Amino acid sequence: MTEPEALLLPPDDGSWRLADYLRRGGYEAARKALTSMAPADVVSEVRRANLRGRGGAGFPAGVKWGFVPPAGPGPRYLCVNTDEGEPGTFKDRLILRRAPHALIEGLVITAFAVGVPKAFIYVRGEYARTAGRLEAALAEARAAGFIGPRVLGTDFSLDVVVHYGAGAYICGEETALLESLEGRRGLPRVKPPFPAAVGLFRAPTVVNNVETLAAVPGIIRRGADWFVGRGLPKDGGTRLFGVSGAVRRPGVYELPVGTPLRRIIEDHAGGPPEGRRIKAVVPGGLSAPVLRPEEIDLPMDYDSLAGAGSMLGSAGIVVIPDGAPMLDILHLTARFYAHESCGKCAPCRIGTAWMLKIVERLRRSGGRPADLDLILSLGEGIRGRTLCPLGDGAAQSVRAVVTKFREELEQAVAR
Amino acid sequence: MSFAPSPAALAEIERAIARYPRAAAALLPVLHVIQGESGFISKEAADWVADKLAVDPVRVREALSFYTMFRTAPGGRHTIRVCRNLSCHLAGAEDILGFIVERLGIRPGETTPDGAFTLTAVECLGNCDHAPCLQVDGLDHAPASRGSVAALIEELKGRD
Ligand SMILES: Cc1cc2nc3c(=O)[nH]c(=O)nc-3n(C[C@H](O)[C@H](O)[C@H](O)COP(=O)(O)O)c2cc1C
Repeated sequence: MTEPEALLLPPDDGSWRLADYLRRGGYEAARKALTSMAPADVVSEVRRANLRGRGGAGFPAGVKWGFVPPAGPGPRYLCVNTDEGEPGTFKDRLILRRAPHALIEGLVITAFAVGVPKAFIYVRGEYARTAGRLEAALAEARAAGFIGPRVLGTDFSLDVVVHYGAGAYICGEETALLESLEGRRGLPRVKPPFPAAVGLFRAPTVVNNVETLAAVPGIIRRGADWFVGRGLPKDGGTRLFGVSGAVRRPGVYELPVGTPLRRIIEDHAGGPPEGRRIKAVVPGGLSAPVLRPEEIDLPMDYDSLAGAGSMLGSAGIVVIPDGAPMLDILHLTARFYAHESCGKCAPCRIGTAWMLKIVERLRRSGGRPADLDLILSLGEGIRGRTLCPLGDGAAQSVRAVVTKFREELEQAVAR
Repeated sequence: MSFAPSPAALAEIERAIARYPRAAAALLPVLHVIQGESGFISKEAADWVADKLAVDPVRVREALSFYTMFRTAPGGRHTIRVCRNLSCHLAGAEDILGFIVERLGIRPGETTPDGAFTLTAVECLGNCDHAPCLQVDGLDHAPASRGSVAALIEELKGRD
């Protein structure tokens, strides 16, 4: 990790402009791809790199791109998911601020690889001010011929549109994002068909996370083997681990995929402040089931976290200190999903609302252990019965808090 | 009452529509432009948008009731959004929110009688490493403390 120019995210906040990016070797990968590689070669290089989607589901990017039907006459689109609403996640914000050109270069290479002339960057409405840098970087890229007509003097053209959301976590779900982009409520679609086959305006569409795309230039410039070598064989590269909550140095740490969770928290983020101890850790955004302190000696990669009954998700780590009542954590978790459920699927709409009502009652006037079982059974009624994974996120995160901190919760609600 | 955006807003709306393969897709950007100019989306403005984008008026109303950043009634000159999800909660978001409630004399979702402030409690704003965080008129203010928030409120009052 000692070669700073190989990092996706520059450590300083002040070198985001095109001139700085070019000095770091920026847009060399785009030039290489567009002038010396066939689109299919770009796709296979990224497939070999085992770049797994950084938005939460971990689907291999190269494989997804391969699902797009071979270039035909109709339109096709690329959408960048910049909705970043998963609680505890703030890494994409940092890419917009420090490395907007890495995202744009990744976008150019990906659009070339899948034969897309038009891309939309869906930015959550609350990031409108932060995305000022992205818009400035796009203007720089346009003026320099990295996007727009005849990119780098080739036959390839790329139009990029920034689209702002308006406050809805669900719009981060890829099919809800497409609905929202088309000018409707962000309600997830039935899958299949997947967006690669039937997406925006019913055309083949690739949806990728900001960090996924920002990792692409490195792969093309230095090769798939280099990328795999920086992470794990089946989960390549570095990741932007966001650490917040009870640590001395909250922030984003770019580290190899597979770095142990405890090391990220203790060595990089400095561990809990003086006199505090770790009580629980959310490893990958609020939807990732919470871990107890004895569970955090885990490599941070998709498969290891799934094996431990949690998930790597967005890699947003939140450290919960001793002294934080778990009933409060349960409450804010239930509140989040009840508020953000889009209402399309009855199990999620009704289940999340009832989970919240019960938790509110427990906080107000106490209750019995059976109330906790009722919360669990509501979660079971949601899990696997919804079109999109928001419901699963609600069920599994609530379940983990209730089962792993049951004793404390029973004491807290007993009156 | 009928609605008409200013010439500048209309030009921005036309540019937004031109960016999409179908006019209907410009719904969110167009609503942002109108709210930016008028502060909220009136019934008349919503119908104007439906007409402009050639969509059913109910589609505009559906969007307005779904997306939390749009408002259908006038709000304050300044909007304070306080995050209260996990990282901010651990950093004392409830205390900050309670302090603002006390200072402004309104609860989340309300506007001060003088029309200066609207207060909302929101989910994660993606600024967790600077918890507790909030946004004022879309600008990040983080980390927030009682002192920083008190100064901010005074400054905004002085600006009006
Ligand atoms: C409720 C919900 C919210 C999501 N929010 C985001 C988000 O904010 N950003 C993101 O990139 N992916 C989000 N996802 C995942 C997307 O559905 C999708 O998997 C991702 O954008 C694909 O890109 P990737 O393969 O590059 O990760 C969300 C999923 C769900 C179910």
